[in-house]
Amino acid sequence: MNKFFVLFASTIIFTITGFAQFPSGSDVLKKIDKNLVLDKAISYTTMIIHGRSGIRMIKSKSWIEGKDKAFVEYIDPPRDKGKKMLKLREQVWLYFPEPTDRIITISGHMLKQSVMGSDLSYEDITENRKLLDMYDANVIGSEKINESNCYVVMLTGKIENITYYRRKFWVDKERWLPLKEERYAKSGKPLKRIELLDVFRLEKRWYPKRILYHDLMQNGDGTEYIIESIILHADIDDSQFTKAALKK
Amino acid sequence: MLLLKLAFRNITHAGVRTWLNIIVLSFAFVLIVLTEGLYDGMLQQVRDAEIDSNIGGGQFWQKDYDPYNPFSIELSHSEIPANLKMEIEKGNATAVLITSASIFPRNHIQSVQFKGIDPDQKIVNLPVYILKNETDSSIIPGIIGSRMAKSTGLQADDIVSARWRNINGTFDAGDIKIIKVINTEVKSIDNDQIWIPLKKLRDMMQAPQQATLIILNKNISEIPINNSEWIFKDHKYLLKYLNENIDRKRIYSTFMFVLLIGMALLAVFDTQVLAIFKRRKEIGTLMALGMTKWDVIVLYTLEGCIMGILSFIAGFLYGFPLLTYLAKKGIVLPQIIENTQFSILRILYPKYGLKLYVLTSLILFISVTIVSFLPTHRITKLKPSDALKGKLT
Repeated sequence: MNKFFVLFASTIIFTITGFAQFPSGSDVLKKIDKNLVLDKAISYTTMIIHGRSGIRMIKSKSWIEGKDKAFVEYIDPPRDKGKKMLKLREQVWLYFPEPTDRIITISGHMLKQSVMGSDLSYEDITENRKLLDMYDANVIGSEKINESNCYVVMLTGKIENITYYRRKFWVDKERWLPLKEERYAKSGKPLKRIELLDVFRLEKRWYPKRILYHDLMQNGDGTEYIIESIILHADIDDSQFTKAALKK
Repeated sequence: MLLLKLAFRNITHAGVRTWLNIIVLSFAFVLIVLTEGLYDGMLQQVRDAEIDSNIGGGQFWQKDYDPYNPFSIELSHSEIPANLKMEIEKGNATAVLITSASIFPRNHIQSVQFKGIDPDQKIVNLPVYILKNETDSSIIPGIIGSRMAKSTGLQADDIVSARWRNINGTFDAGDIKIIKVINTEVKSIDNDQIWIPLKKLRDMMQAPQQATLIILNKNISEIPINNSEWIFKDHKYLLKYLNENIDRKRIYSTFMFVLLIGMALLAVFDTQVLAIFKRRKEIGTLMALGMTKWDVIVLYTLEGCIMGILSFIAGFLYGFPLLTYLAKKGIVLPQIIENTQFSILRILYPKYGLKLYVLTSLILFISVTIVSFLPTHRITKLKPSDALKGKLT
C-alpha cells in the first residue's frame, strides 16, 4: 500500500513539476509575435527558388507596417523588375509593368497559387488572423534544434475555415523565435516545413535572417528567403500602402 | 425516245472515253460517300460515347458549377434536392462530386480533379465497380484513363500522394492507389481526372450528402423539375462544344467534296468539249436531217446524264460491298491520331444514311447534267451548212 502511495504521489509531483517547466502555448506565441511583428520597416530581401528547372533568384524591396500592410517591389532579375505586390490585411494586388501595365486582384481561389513560383502561396503570406484565434496551442515538450533548446508547441485547429489543421513549432527558449515549423493536413500528413537557418540581432530582438520554406509534398529543395538588410522605424508614408502606389 | 436511244448508242460506241469518264465519276461518287460517311460515323460514335460514359440523359448542375472555370470547382457542391435523391434511389440517376486537388507523381506536382461516383451506379459506362475491390479503408482507391496514365506515368497498383482541401478550405492529404487504368474514347472523363468512390470523397471533403452534378439515365422518361440550386442541362447544351468542333472539322470534308466533284466534272466537261469539236460533221448531218438545234443540245446533255447514271451503277457495284465492309469492320486509325485535339477514336465506323446516298447522287447528277449542257451552247450558234463543212464558229 505504501509503495503504491509513493508511486502515485511521485507521479503527481512529476506531472505537476513537469508542466510547471513549460510556459503556456499562448505565452509562447505572444513572445514570438513580439519578436516578429515589426512596427514600420523597410527591408531588402532575396528569394532563392530551387525549382525543377534550376535555381531562380528574385531580389525585392519591402515596406512593412505591422501584420496588416506590406508593399513589395521586385528589383531583380530584369524579367521581374517593376512587378509589385500590395497586401492589405487579407487582400493582395499584383502589378505587372509595361507592356501589360495591369493590376490584378488576387482573391478567393487565386490566393492558393504560388508566389512567383516559390514554395509559398499567397494564402501563406496573407493569413492575418491571430494564431490563438484559430488554434489551441499546447507546449508538448522540449527538443534541441541546431544546438538550441526549444519548446515544442502543438497548434490544433479549433475553427473550421483554416488552411492547416495542425501546426507544430519548435520555439527557441532564449531567442523566442520558431526555429522550425511543420504544417500538417487533417490526416496528419506533413505538408510544409519552415526552418530558420540563420537569425540576427535587430535592436533588442532576434529576427530571422535566412528562412527555408519547403513544400513536403514535392521533393524539391524548397525556397530560401534571405533578409539582406532591414531598416526599423522607417518613415513610410501611408500612401505607400495604396493601389495608386502600384502604378508609380 | 429517239434522242434517248441515240444518246445511249453514242456513248456505248465511244469506247474507252466513256469508260474513263464512268470510272472517274464513280470514284468520285464512292469517295464522297465514304468521306461524308466517315464524318457522320465519327459524329455518331463520339456522341454515343459521350452520352454513354459522361452525360447520360442530361445532367443537373449545382448552380456554381462551370467546368471551364477551375476556380468554380471548389464552390460548386451542395446537398442533393429531394426529387433528385429520389431519382438516384430509383436507379434513374447518379451523383458525382468534384473537387480540385494536386497529385505528386514522379516528384512533380500536377493539378487534377477528383470525381466521386457511386461504384454501384449503372447510369454511365464507367467500370467504377472495380473500386469496391479495395478493402483497405486507409487507402483511397482510384481509377484513371489511359491519357491521364500517360501524362502522369501512373499505372495500375501505383500509389501516388495527393493533396486536397475540404469544403472549409483546410488542407488534407493522403495516398491514392490506382486500381485500374481504363481505355476510354471520351476525353472528358479521362484528362486530369481520378475517379474515386463517392462516399470516400464525401468523407475526404467533409461534404456528406453533397454533389456537384447529377447524371440522369439516358432512357429516363421524365426529366425532374429544375430548382434554383440545381439546373438541368440537356444534350443540346452538353454536346454544344462537341458539335461545334465536329462542324469545324466538316470544312475539311467539304473541301474534299468540292475537290472530288470538281475533278470528276472537269473530266466530263473536257469530254463534252472534245466530243462537240470532234463530232461537228455529225451535228451538221443531224441538223440537215431535220433535228433542231435544241434537239442536238438535248442529245449531248442526255449523253452526259446517261454517263452519270452509268457511273452511279458502276460505283454501286464495287462501292456498295466496299462501303458495307468498312462500315462493319471500321477503319483503324494510326496511333499518332490518338493525341490530336479531337480524334480519340481508335477505329472509325463510317455511317451512310439514305439521305447521304440520295443527296450525293442528286448533287453529282445535277452537276454532271449542267456540265454536259454548258459546252453545248455553242451548237445554238451553229449553221448546219457550216457544221457539215466541219466549221465550228
